[in-house]
Amino acid sequence: MAGIVQFENVGLRYGTGAETLSDISFALAPGAFYFLTGPSGAGKTSLLKLLYLAQRPSRGMIHLFDEDVVTLPRARMPGFRRRIGVVFQDFRLVPYLSAFDNVALPLRVAGVAEEQIETPVREMLQWVGLAKRADARPATLSGGEQQRIAIARAVITRPDILVADEPTGNVDPAMAARLLHLFSALNTMGTTIVVATHDVHLLSRVSNAKTMRLEEGRLIDPTGELRYPPSRQAQ
Amino acid sequence: MIGTLGAAPAERRLLPEGRVAGPMPWVIAIMMFLTVLTAAGGLAMRHAARAIGADLADRITVQIVEADPVARERQAQAALALLRRDPAVGSVSRVPADEMKTLLAPWLGDGGLEDELPLPVLIDAVLAGDGPRDLAALRSAVTVAAPAARIDEHGQALAPLAGLISALKWLALAVVLLMATASAAAVMLASRAALDTHRAAIDVMHLLGATDVQIARLFQRRLALDALFGGLVGFTAATIVILLIGRRVGSLGSELLGSVSLPPLAWLLLLALPWFGAGIAMLAARYTVLAALRRIL
Repeated sequence: MAGIVQFENVGLRYGTGAETLSDISFALAPGAFYFLTGPSGAGKTSLLKLLYLAQRPSRGMIHLFDEDVVTLPRARMPGFRRRIGVVFQDFRLVPYLSAFDNVALPLRVAGVAEEQIETPVREMLQWVGLAKRADARPATLSGGEQQRIAIARAVITRPDILVADEPTGNVDPAMAARLLHLFSALNTMGTTIVVATHDVHLLSRVSNAKTMRLEEGRLIDPTGELRYPPSRQAQ
Repeated sequence: MIGTLGAAPAERRLLPEGRVAGPMPWVIAIMMFLTVLTAAGGLAMRHAARAIGADLADRITVQIVEADPVARERQAQAALALLRRDPAVGSVSRVPADEMKTLLAPWLGDGGLEDELPLPVLIDAVLAGDGPRDLAALRSAVTVAAPAARIDEHGQALAPLAGLISALKWLALAVVLLMATASAAAVMLASRAALDTHRAAIDVMHLLGATDVQIARLFQRRLALDALFGGLVGFTAATIVILLIGRRVGSLGSELLGSVSLPPLAWLLLLALPWFGAGIAMLAARYTVLAALRRIL
């Protein structure tokens, strides 16, 4: 298999409307860093939904961790989802949980013992600069703070793939740089990163990042490098 | 008990504190109140039926209705001798003349009129064993020995009452089952409402890798606890009513009503009802949540 993720002629249609995504074919190399760009409405969020298994495609084939996830039984989905960290565009923090409990959520879902949760969660909150807001509920946090909690929650389990939808949209440039640094650190530990962004300045901040561009639901890949990444050719 | 079932302590924090079922516990309380009263009625009927049956169902009374006192006495002795020999009969006793006088006193007065009337001889017999009896054979044998004998089976006389009690017992059981079904339906509606209320959080948990069973455990535990709360409230209220009715019945001093009481085992069964209700609630919530989650990816 070419990579950790492989899309082959994938199409996505909501209801009976036109296809939101058409003929998407690409492979993500393990441990690589990707930016997903494109104008609003190009289908970035839809593509990410397919990546983090919130949606099944209307057609085509998706392999994740060497398994066909299009026909994967529902009962096996949680195991795959636990290997994927997600930063949602709208954060999706659980309103009645504190910042600490929101960050701890993936660990608790994965059944990690309570005594093994405290330290990594505190460290992660420290990393995103919110150690002092551990007990705060999301409603009392600013947009930027909520976004940082969402990022901390996504990376706390050190996922195999991190999917982030506009993760720096609500933070100042300094915090954006810090978060990108966090993503890069995670990337160097082997996590494949996919960051959807409008911010062209971000693209140059990660030296080894590849760029995927979506336009009108189609992936622009004139060199074929996205479909056949170098890591596969090297193999 | 239910508090320890289902979600682990860490998982329990994934739902907000407090009740998740809205007014459901109070609906369960009302249902449980009616269920306990109905069940208590059914159990009391059962107890009364058994008590009456144990007292009277095994008894027969042989009357020697003969105007000639000599023939009456001869036939009485023959019937007594036959009944004492019969292995189907456990014990036999002739109702003494004094007792007969006492029995008839309300109708005949104290004027000694009974000495002038040809009163029948009454013989009480208690049948032996619990198995099937050939009463027809016994009747036939007694009639041969004492042609003027009439045999009354107390069990047969009680048959209409026993039938009524049995019907009421089954009616009580049917009502209890209907209440249990209605309670389960209430829990299902509450589960769906709770799912809708927490839909956003559930979606997030799902996308973070929570299994359907993990999510169902959160709801089943909370709803079972809510149902147990409602059930205990209903049980307590029903118990107070039962005790008050018991006091009223006791003050009547009626022998028949006095047999309508609840033995300790019946109280244990009634006490089990709130726990049984909580168990049903847990299963109903689990089924509802799992069915709802199956509809999302």
